Amino acid sequence: MIGVVITTPLQSIVVRQDRDISVVRRAVSTHAERLNLSVLSRTRLVTASSELTRNMLVYGGGGVVELKVYRDGERLGLGATFADQGPGIDNVEDALADGFTSGVGLGLGLGGARRLVDQFDIQSSEVTGTSISVAIWLKDDGR
Amino acid sequence: MTLERIAIVKIEECLLVTIQVDMHDRLALTLREDLGERLLTTQARGVLLDISGLDTLDTFIARVLAGISSMAKLLGAETVLVGMQPAVAMTLVELGLTLEGVHTSLDVDRGMALLKKLLV
Amino acid sequence: MIKDLRQISTQTVGLIQEQQDEILKDWIESQLTADTLRLDLMDQKKLEQESKALLKALTAALGGQGRDFTAPNWQAVNGLLKEISEARDKAGFSPTETATFVLSLRHPLVERLLSSKKISSLDEEVWLLLDILDQLAIFTTEVYQRRREATIHRQQEEMEELSTPVVKIWDGILALPLVGTLDTRRSQMVTEALLDAINTTGAEIAIIDLTGVPAIDTRMAQHLMRTVAASRLMGANCILSGIRPQIAQTIVHLKINLGDIKTESTLAAALKTALATYGLKVTVSE
Repeated sequence: MIGVVITTPLQSIVVRQDRDISVVRRAVSTHAERLNLSVLSRTRLVTASSELTRNMLVYGGGGVVELKVYRDGERLGLGATFADQGPGIDNVEDALADGFTSGVGLGLGLGGARRLVDQFDIQSSEVTGTSISVAIWLKDDGR
Repeated sequence: MTLERIAIVKIEECLLVTIQVDMHDRLALTLREDLGERLLTTQARGVLLDISGLDTLDTFIARVLAGISSMAKLLGAETVLVGMQPAVAMTLVELGLTLEGVHTSLDVDRGMALLKKLLV
Repeated sequence: MIKDLRQISTQTVGLIQEQQDEILKDWIESQLTADTLRLDLMDQKKLEQESKALLKALTAALGGQGRDFTAPNWQAVNGLLKEISEARDKAGFSPTETATFVLSLRHPLVERLLSSKKISSLDEEVWLLLDILDQLAIFTTEVYQRRREATIHRQQEEMEELSTPVVKIWDGILALPLVGTLDTRRSQMVTEALLDAINTTGAEIAIIDLTGVPAIDTRMAQHLMRTVAASRLMGANCILSGIRPQIAQTIVHLKINLGDIKTESTLAAALKTALATYGLKVTVSE
């Protein structure tokens, strides 16, 4: 049974314009507070979500953010999936390396976001676009 | 779209900007423009950016703030970023942004004191 | 857990059900005469109760669908064994003693099967049954192991907290004496503790003292740099003190760039520098 992560959807947000980035930030922050994530964990997840939402807007032309509760046995976490129907990422490894950018910004977004979260999964193809899932677990000591 | 703006208050030679709301991208860009104009019209020599009310700062907003500091410098003013929350500081460093070259201070009082030292 | 998913035949299950009382009697008897008997830790009544409950749950599980231990029909057995193992661990039983409790059921069970004439493919049934009991015995030792790991984990955390104190040594001056090596987790805790202390005390200077740090690697150096960078973002300056010659050599050797981080040889020297920043000086009173 160990290692099977069950997710329960919480909220879904359509992202079309830059204002929606703050909508996502607020939603992640609210759910993080409800789940009793520590201030640091919450800040990390909100920041990572902000980066990934902006990425999605800039490179994928917008998309959908799906917030969910993660559960692995007794462990609880908060996660989000960022899915766009954009052109996909050619080389995921390159994109995760610091300093890589194919558009605006300095390219700390993807690699930086990965460093902030406990779980980071990315799927990308020309046909289906890019889907990135991230999550932060509630720490053992209830933080 | 509403004309949301972040207030800029002039105190002596300095402009004080208190950012309390969740700052969305356009608001940050508007602030940069407004601040540029105010620096020109008031000839202020210092800018205090109070971000103690911000509980997140992503790379975009952080770059805008750093940009404000460089712009102010070109217009003859020093900028001090004050009141960054611990979790925000740690997250920003983990993102790889250390904002080298931007002056920082714990709170508005000390930021003001630092500005006075910088402006001597 | 078990790849081989063959079921115990209904014949066997029926036999065990029928002769449950006799099996239980044999089992308890064998436990009472075994070397591993610990009546000093647990009375006979409790032993009988536990044996009876486990045999009952096991019989029910064998009759259900699914031989994988994660299947619903095994939940009662798992729960019971976990409870028994934990209670025995607390009482002072060794893992071997608890495992033996389960394994001692092999004889009474197999004997009944062998003396019955009704069971077809007897060999296979016996092996299956022995496999299952082995797995259950292993499970009890796993419970022990998990409890040990949890204890170690807890102690580690307690030690971590003890070893990361942030001390206010003067108005506006914090000291963070580091002891031992810093892994990623601990250095994050240290950074968090320092930043929170800066926030609550309003200290503008933090002295990170490395006197108690025997060695440093690239990763730890990076953590230190991050701590310093995050403190600066908040508006506080760090001074590194007590860098041992070996560490200084490593820093040079690893080509780690400490940038413009202020360093002092000793904590005392760092304090002097920090005081001077506030325009303070320690003098001998006349």
